[in-house]
Amino acid sequence: MEMYRSHVLVCAGAGCISSDCKSVQQALYDNIDKYGLSREVKVVETGCMGPCDLGPVVMVFPDGVFYRRLKEADAAEIVGEHLLKGKVVPRLLQQTNGGRDQAVSFSQLEFFRRQTRIALRNTGLINPESVEEYIARDGYRALGKALSQMSPEQVVQTVKESGLRGRGGAGFPTGLKWEFTARAAGHPKYVVCNADEGDPGAFMDRSILEGDPHSVLEAMAICGYSIGAPHGYIYVRAEYPLAVERLEKALAKAREYGLLGDHIFGTDFSFNIEIRVGAGAFVCGEETALLASIEGRRGEPRPKPPFPAQAGLWGKPTVINNVETLANIAPIILNGAEWYASVGTEKSKGTKVFALAGKINNTGLVEVPMGTPLREIIYDIGGGIPGGKKFKAVQTGGPSGGCIPAAHLDTPVDYESLTGLGTIMGSGGMIIVDEDTCMVDLAKFFLEFVQEESCGKCAPCRIGTKRMLEIMERITSGHGQEGDIELLEELSSGIKTSALCGLGQTAPNPVLSTLRYFRHEYEAHIRDKKCPAGACQALVTYSIDAVSCTGCGLCSKVCPAGAITGEKKKPHHIDAGLCIKCGTCKQKCKFDAVITV
Amino acid sequence: MKSLDELDKLREKLQQDMQVRQAEHDVTVTVSMGTCGIAAGAREVVKAMLDELKDQGLSNVALTQTSCAGLCRYEPLVEVIRGDEKTTYVHVDGSKAREIIKKHLVAGKIVTEWTAPEE
Repeated sequence: MEMYRSHVLVCAGAGCISSDCKSVQQALYDNIDKYGLSREVKVVETGCMGPCDLGPVVMVFPDGVFYRRLKEADAAEIVGEHLLKGKVVPRLLQQTNGGRDQAVSFSQLEFFRRQTRIALRNTGLINPESVEEYIARDGYRALGKALSQMSPEQVVQTVKESGLRGRGGAGFPTGLKWEFTARAAGHPKYVVCNADEGDPGAFMDRSILEGDPHSVLEAMAICGYSIGAPHGYIYVRAEYPLAVERLEKALAKAREYGLLGDHIFGTDFSFNIEIRVGAGAFVCGEETALLASIEGRRGEPRPKPPFPAQAGLWGKPTVINNVETLANIAPIILNGAEWYASVGTEKSKGTKVFALAGKINNTGLVEVPMGTPLREIIYDIGGGIPGGKKFKAVQTGGPSGGCIPAAHLDTPVDYESLTGLGTIMGSGGMIIVDEDTCMVDLAKFFLEFVQEESCGKCAPCRIGTKRMLEIMERITSGHGQEGDIELLEELSSGIKTSALCGLGQTAPNPVLSTLRYFRHEYEAHIRDKKCPAGACQALVTYSIDAVSCTGCGLCSKVCPAGAITGEKKKPHHIDAGLCIKCGTCKQKCKFDAVITV
Repeated sequence: MKSLDELDKLREKLQQDMQVRQAEHDVTVTVSMGTCGIAAGAREVVKAMLDELKDQGLSNVALTQTSCAGLCRYEPLVEVIRGDEKTTYVHVDGSKAREIIKKHLVAGKIVTEWTAPEE
């Protein structure tokens, strides 16, 4: 490997690619050539670094300088001033300390400092298409250690003692799952990676698959060794084409180096992995539906027991694990169970990756120890709510989860605490909402999603969620009736107890959770036909505040329905009968004179 | 990979380049690259140091640059920082750069003849 004095890491995670990091990268190459630095400076394309809102981002090593919000034109200065002369470019640095200072190194930013990156140890720091870089950072050493120094039982025991729990949402102890499968009768056994990440707004697994694919391959091989499985499948959703591509390249490299395939490290153990691509069904994230899909059948769940550990793929004992769960395996084998168990809380060991989205300043990907208070994640790491708005709630666990209001911001984030609040950890999606979000509308959104994705096999989900959605639609359009809330609660109870799989069983959660903490919003919609947050268009009336209005006439110009009239320099007026509530006038008004009631 | 040993050897080889990305380094070598430094030949010094570091197989050394330090008549300047110890070398060229690495970094002896004169 060539030695360079400086590495320039360009983030090529999904967010940065959308912000055109590729032209920044190309401009860096061009300028490095121009200044004759190509033998001294190496440009490396990495996976997601985490601060997606600031993209495109670049880290310059060995200094660790962090540049953000880059444009193609910035490359010339980065190369000419920083790389050539060592002069950091101040205008491209990120502010810190409430905007009073600039952070030169990424380690000075709270966003990075407060993280403990285990599953994301390589993401954002290596070129995901280079098996060499993975190896340089201890890649495949865990597999080597397991095969040459540990028995399959010892591997299982280590994972058990680490306390690792499934990161897909259910939180089942991973070591126990491996143990059941190892002890089950049946041959051949299988290892399956659930890479179907379906929660809207979740991109934890995506970043690991795109940024550090080898970590998944290595973990699957370690699992295969511990349970006696010669074959593995990775089921990736089709909506992640880059992840599929990176996995395929990683597989090819691993085979080339003999790290996968026959007689790995010269032992008797052989392990092969195949990739299967999904076809757009959220329900195929449910383990039995996923296995059905791999078998070529329609993605529908089946009753459990038997669990996949006893009878999984083609009826054989199968371990099926989430991507993030697997990403933790190699470090656990290398550093030991005790090390992993020293992070986190008593019942929730280790760290968790969260995808921060919604009304938050630092949208992106973070990994923190279990037990970190919600407040720290949202304010210290997430940077708080933009526009000076008030925090209202954080939705966790996607369509299967619930919301947590401000009163519980000091809750430590772990499996038990979140369940106690009426939500779930889920796969790690955290959607923050502010005072302008209607909680009824939010619950309706998730219910809409679940209704569309319901496979239809069982009546409680197929029919129950449809009926619930109908009620929610009536409520948000101003046709809610007395008794609707009680009906929603009754339906929820029935669906939770009788639905066949997790999709249906958890579908009522967003409604139940918002009812628990924001019941007054439902009541306002039903009794007063009003939306307190001003979001449900059918219940909102637009009017102009005569005091603030300057009579500039901009609103009446942009109104598509011709509903606004008024004389120049005199307060204008909206005709409620003609108003279609598009909101354009409120958007365009420079004096905040359009109010919604 | 036929054995774990083979993997370990490969890793060692690869780590030398990857260590640039570490958070901390044992030794930092800083070359002044202001206009004065570049005019005096600092680019050659950097290239020579890079080569020598690779030949010596040294790891955990960060090679960085900085802009004009103010001692323009002594350029090219090279600073070697190990913990609290800071040594400034003056009038460095390609061959002196290699010697500095061999004598100071590898053998641990400061080459006092080439350091900044007392004012």
